[in-house]
Amino acid sequence: FQDFNPFDNLLCILLGISFTVWFTLLLVFIIVPAIFGVSFGIRQLYMKTLLKIFEWATRRIERGAKDKNHPLHKPYSNGDGSNRDLDSASEFEMSDIFYFCRRGVESIMDDEVTKRFSAEELESWNLLTRSNYNFQHISLRLTVLWGLGVVIRYGFLLPLRVTLAFTGVGLLVVLTSIIGFLPNGRTKNFLSEKVHLMCYRICVRALTAIITYHDSENKPKNGGICVANHTSPIDVIILASDGCYAMVGQIHGGLMGVIQKSMVKACPHIWFERSEVKDRHLVAKRLSDHVEDKTKLPILIFPEGTCINNTSVMMFKKGSFEIGSTVYPVAIKYDPRFGDAFWNSSQFGMVSYLLRMMSSWAIVCSVWYLPPMSREEGEDAVQFANRVKAAIARQGGLVDLLWDGGLKRGKVKDTFKEEQQKLYSKMLVGTQEDRSRS
Amino acid sequence: MGSRASTLLREEEIEEIKKETGFSHSQITRLYSRFTSLDKGENGTLSREDFQRIPELAINPLGDRIINAFFPEGLDREDQVNFRGFMRTLAHFRPIEDNEKNKDPTASEPLNSRTNKLLFAFRLYDLDRDDKISRDELLQVLRMMVGVNISDEQLGSIADRTIQEADQNGDNSISFNEFIKVLEKVDVEQKMSIRFLH
Repeated sequence: FQDFNPFDNLLCILLGISFTVWFTLLLVFIIVPAIFGVSFGIRQLYMKTLLKIFEWATRRIERGAKDKNHPLHKPYSNGDGSNRDLDSASEFEMSDIFYFCRRGVESIMDDEVTKRFSAEELESWNLLTRSNYNFQHISLRLTVLWGLGVVIRYGFLLPLRVTLAFTGVGLLVVLTSIIGFLPNGRTKNFLSEKVHLMCYRICVRALTAIITYHDSENKPKNGGICVANHTSPIDVIILASDGCYAMVGQIHGGLMGVIQKSMVKACPHIWFERSEVKDRHLVAKRLSDHVEDKTKLPILIFPEGTCINNTSVMMFKKGSFEIGSTVYPVAIKYDPRFGDAFWNSSQFGMVSYLLRMMSSWAIVCSVWYLPPMSREEGEDAVQFANRVKAAIARQGGLVDLLWDGGLKRGKVKDTFKEEQQKLYSKMLVGTQEDRSRS
Repeated sequence: MGSRASTLLREEEIEEIKKETGFSHSQITRLYSRFTSLDKGENGTLSREDFQRIPELAINPLGDRIINAFFPEGLDREDQVNFRGFMRTLAHFRPIEDNEKNKDPTASEPLNSRTNKLLFAFRLYDLDRDDKISRDELLQVLRMMVGVNISDEQLGSIADRTIQEADQNGDNSISFNEFIKVLEKVDVEQKMSIRFLH
């Protein structure tokens, strides 16, 4: 066992060297640029290469499917909607039932709402088995490529990203706690801003998020409220790495709670206890107080109240639109070709969701800062909310829906059914009155 | 890895469903992925709650009657419908033109024939499944469609008029044949068909 020692030593030395090299590379290429907000353009190159590979893979699958004569599963595209057969009806006829019947069965086959709560289906394949419905063994080359993808993603990218994530979060907690000891003033605000930006940028790189910001001249200013469509918790990181916001939310326990408590030491965020969340007046008061203080950062709010799958924007809760300050709408659109960012909270917990994010290829998204909007004369909060929602939907290329995101978990209100009944009745009764007059 | 549409539905099953309902291969796989997305309990069957979770169906005044059409057995709350049953019911809404491709003289009447479409609608009215629509049943269904917006008297007179026009054998209720006669001029094929893109 005398030969054992030199090899053992050699192994240790090699491990030590590779660790040091790895960390230096990490520092130079990722952490330092994050601190100063510059970029080497590595991620853009990565993105272009990936796109070429995906296109090739998709073409291969389509060719393979044609050879085997297997029809491909394409995302559902709606046939023509049901015509308003009832327009011509005037009196009740037994055939009136057909209208409701057909509408009902059409909604069973496909409806506008339930599909927003599960991940979008893709036309092309991005080498992730989780997003593919057509994965059969088409060719050896494709399978090898997929296998290679797995090795790269889980063996190289995932550990890299996890390290970065820990670094980012750790730095955030430590540095904000330190800053908390400084007296309130310009230095504190300046440092807090820098620290927040730096840590969020490290987190952005931890997810390999490639973000394009548009129209930065409309970035939210102090005393305003920033509203955006909600797809996942990552939205926060994406927005906060380009500007400083005051976050609003419920205090959680565990690691989240630690992060929240240390963040609030450096600059004022609005955290609510679980019990306070139900009290709408309290919430509104705290938000208005914050907004009136012009030295405080703009508030970041997601009015949908829940995560939607980024194909549509659902009803905005009117609470944030009643406060009466300038609203800065922001549209966030993820490119689903690289990895689906939607958090289906009924399917995945937070940790498994983050692991899925970190083992995708990349998260590519576009952020549009829309011009600020204020409530106009004679417009109530709901109309204002719908106007903002329409603007965001238009910019992001999303479907503008009136349905409530709360339908993910709750039942639809009976008032909607009553409206349908009223419409039908009006048609019947209208004719009865005509008949009695003639 | 979660359930993937084609992998859980075997080829033999797809062929059987194809023969029985007339849907094409890709329509069946697509409806299967719709079925699994509605199946929150992931046990391969749908319950009434699963249907009621569809908001557009929940606000349909006849939503409950339509859901009922999927559960032919009883009005038991515990009812479950599997994929075959689901497809069999949806098959009623296939456009009739599509049948031209699979003209098989020995096969029994297809599920989406005019008669079967009418039978589907008839069953929506016939609440107690006794093969006739009584005045009471008609009133109940009318009430579902109009809500609280029309008075009992007005609704009653509408029901009376309808039965008067349809009833031929004087039993003050509408049988299936009388139902067919009333609707003979209506373009049932178009009103009860859903165009389904490939």
